[in-house]
Amino acid sequence: MGLATFKGGVHPYEGKELSEHKPVQVLMPKGELVYPMSQHIGAPAAPLVKKGDKVLAGQKIGEASGFISANVICSVSGTVKAIEPRRVASGAMVNSIVVENDGEYQTVEGLGADRDAAKLSKQEIRDIVKEAGIVGLGGAGFPTHVKLTPKDDSKIDYILVNGAECEPYLTSDYRLMMEEPEKIVGGLKVILQLFENAKGVIGIENNKPEAIKKLQELVKDEPRIEVCPLKTKYPQGGERSLIYAVTGRKVNSSMLPADVGCIVDNVDTVISIYMAVCKTTPLMRRVVTVTGDAVANPQNYSVKIGTNMQELVEAAGGFKTEPEKLIAGGPMMGMALFTTDIPVTKTNSALLCMTKDEVAANEETACIRCGKCVSACPSHIVPVMMMKAALKGDCEAFEKYNGMECMECGSCTFICPAKRPLTQAFKEMRKTVAANRRKKG
Amino acid sequence: MNKLLNVSSSPHVRSHENTQSIMMDVMIAMLPATAFGVFQFGLNALLVLIVTVAACVLSEYVFEKITKRTNTIYDLSAVVTGMILALNMPADIPLWIPALGGIFAIVVVKQLYGGLGQNFMNPALAARCFLLISFTGQMSTFTLDGWSGATPLAVIKGGGTVDLAAMVIGKIPGTIGEVSVIALLIGAAYLVVRKVISLRIPVAYILTTAVFVFIFGQQDLNYVLMQVCGGGLIFGAFFMATDYVTSPITPMGQIVFGILLGLLTGLFRIFGGSAEGVSYAIIISNLLVPLIERATMPKAFGKEGK
Repeated sequence: MGLATFKGGVHPYEGKELSEHKPVQVLMPKGELVYPMSQHIGAPAAPLVKKGDKVLAGQKIGEASGFISANVICSVSGTVKAIEPRRVASGAMVNSIVVENDGEYQTVEGLGADRDAAKLSKQEIRDIVKEAGIVGLGGAGFPTHVKLTPKDDSKIDYILVNGAECEPYLTSDYRLMMEEPEKIVGGLKVILQLFENAKGVIGIENNKPEAIKKLQELVKDEPRIEVCPLKTKYPQGGERSLIYAVTGRKVNSSMLPADVGCIVDNVDTVISIYMAVCKTTPLMRRVVTVTGDAVANPQNYSVKIGTNMQELVEAAGGFKTEPEKLIAGGPMMGMALFTTDIPVTKTNSALLCMTKDEVAANEETACIRCGKCVSACPSHIVPVMMMKAALKGDCEAFEKYNGMECMECGSCTFICPAKRPLTQAFKEMRKTVAANRRKKG
Repeated sequence: MNKLLNVSSSPHVRSHENTQSIMMDVMIAMLPATAFGVFQFGLNALLVLIVTVAACVLSEYVFEKITKRTNTIYDLSAVVTGMILALNMPADIPLWIPALGGIFAIVVVKQLYGGLGQNFMNPALAARCFLLISFTGQMSTFTLDGWSGATPLAVIKGGGTVDLAAMVIGKIPGTIGEVSVIALLIGAAYLVVRKVISLRIPVAYILTTAVFVFIFGQQDLNYVLMQVCGGGLIFGAFFMATDYVTSPITPMGQIVFGILLGLLTGLFRIFGGSAEGVSYAIIISNLLVPLIERATMPKAFGKEGK
C-alpha cells in the first residue's frame, strides 16, 4: 500500500526550504488599508460605510449581497478615506473601501471573547461563520458558510482539512500546522458539530513529516478525527485530487464535493472558523509567505487583510536581486503581478518574487505529441486535443474532449517539452464555453 | 520599484525538459547500437551515418530557408531521423542512396506535411521503405567480414537455423544498427529510465509478435526467440514504433498500436513474401494512429461511468 494520492500530476521544484523554518511574524500595517468588495467567488459585497466614517477593527464594512457572497471585515481602526476602484492581484480594478489607519486598533465590542461552541446551535454556528466573512483561504475564495450549508447535513460523512499545500514555495499552511495545530483541531470540531455523521480527516503531504507528527499526536484521542499522510505531488491539494486520495470518491466538474459526502476546507480557513466561533474574532488576518530567490529574507507573516503588498516586501528586507516576476500565490496557479501596489486579500497565500521569468525564457515550439501532458493531467483528459480545439476556437470540440473538466492546475503546461501555453488557452476556452452556456440559459 | 514586471498566465514555472533534450536522449540511447555497428561493419558504416545525418540536417535547413520558416535544426529531430535511417542501412551501400533517403525523409515525409509534429509517418522508416522499393538490390545486400550472407530471418524462413547467442551479441549480417540485441536493449533501458518512452508500445509489440509466430510459425522456443531477436524487431519496437509524432498519445491507444504492430509483423513474416516486416508494419500502423486515438480517448476523471 502506497501513500494516498491520485493518478497524474507533476513534481515541480518545491522551494519550500526558503521559508519553511521561519515562524509566523505579525506584521503591522503602516499605510492605508484597502478592502476590495470582491475577495471571494460570487456577488461582490455592498459597502456599509461611507467616506469620512469612523471604523473599528472587527467591524463589518461590506455586506454579502447574494446567496453566494461574503462579508468584508475591517482589520484596523481609522477613517474611511475613499470608496473607489482599486487594483487587485488579478489586474482588475475592483470597488474598494480605503481606510486610513489611526494605529490604535480599537475593536468592536466583545471582540476576542471566549465562546463555548458546544452551546451553539447549528444555525448559530453558520450565522457566525457568515458574519465573520470567512471564505476559502486556500485560493478559490468560495464563501465558507455556503459550503457548510449543504442540502442534507446527514449525508456528509467526510470533513477534509486541506493541509496538502502542494503549491511549490508556499509554507503558510505548514507554519500554521506547526504553530497553531490546536486551533485546526478546534475548528474541525466545530465543523463536525454541524455534521453528526462525518469523520474529520486532515490531509498533509509527506514532505511535511513534522506537521503530520504534530497533528497525529494531537488527535490520537479524538475518535472522529484522523490525519491522512499524502504523497507529495502537485496538485495533491486540488479539491478533487484530495477527495479521491482520502476517500476514493470522484468529483467531476458538474458536481460539488457535497455530492459525494465531502466538505473540504483549507487549514487557514478552519483556523478562521475556530477564531470566529470560539474567540469571537472575524476574518481580519491571514498568513502570507513572502518568498522567492529575489527576496532578502523570506518570511511567513500574519498580515492584516488590506495591507499593501509593498509593505510585505519591505518587511522581508526588500529585494536582494531585482525581480523579473512577482506572483500572488504559488508558481503553478498564482497570478503574476506587474506592481506590488495592491492589497493583501483573503485569498493571497503568498507573494513569490522570482529573479527569472521561466515563461519568458522559454520559447514555444511545435508539439511533438510526446503525450506527457496526457500522463500529467489529474483530470485524465487529453490536453493535446483540447489545444487543437482551442487554437481553432472550436468550443464544440473543446467540450467533446472534456475541456470543462480541466481544473486549470497547470500540470500539462509545466511538463510540456515544447513549452506550449496550454493552460492559458484552456482558461480562455473555458470562459467562452461557460459564457455561451449562460447565454443559452 | 518603478518598472512594470513581466505578467503571464499561470503556471509560472516550467520543467527543464525540452524538445532538444528529449532528442538528445534518443541520440544517446542509439549510441551503443551505433558504436557496435561501426565496430562490426567498419568505417563504411560510419560514413553512411555521417552522410545520412548530414543529408537530413542540411535538407531541413535548406527547406526552411527557402520556405522562409523558422530554422529548427537545433531541436535535433533531423539528427535523430538521420541516425535512425542510417542504422537501417546496410554498411556497404553506395553513399548516394542514404543521402537521397535523408532528403526524402525530411523534405517529402516531414516538411511537406508541416514539419516536426505534423508528419503522419515515421520519416526515417518511410524513407527506408522508399529506398527498399527503389533500390532493392543495394538495400538488401548484407556482408559481414567480407562475406555476403543472408540475414538470420531469411535463413530461418529457408528452413535453416541461426546461433541465438550470435544474434544477441550481433555477430550476424544485417543493417548497421539492428544487429546487436544487447546494444539496443542498453539504449532502450536508458530511454525507459529517462522516461522518454513508456514500455507500453514495445512490450505489446514484441509479445504479440512472439505469440503470433509461436501460433502460426513453429511451436519452438528457440524459433520464437530468433524471431524476436532478428529482423530489427528490437530496434523497431523501442526506437521507431515509439516515435512520439507517429504513435498514439493515449495510453490505451499505445497498447492497441503495439498489438497491431505485432500482428502485422507476424503476418508479413510468416505469410508474406519477405522474411522481415517491421518497417512496413510500423508505417502502415502509423496511418491508423488517428483512428486508434479516437477509439481510445481516456474517460475523464469522475466521468468514467458516463
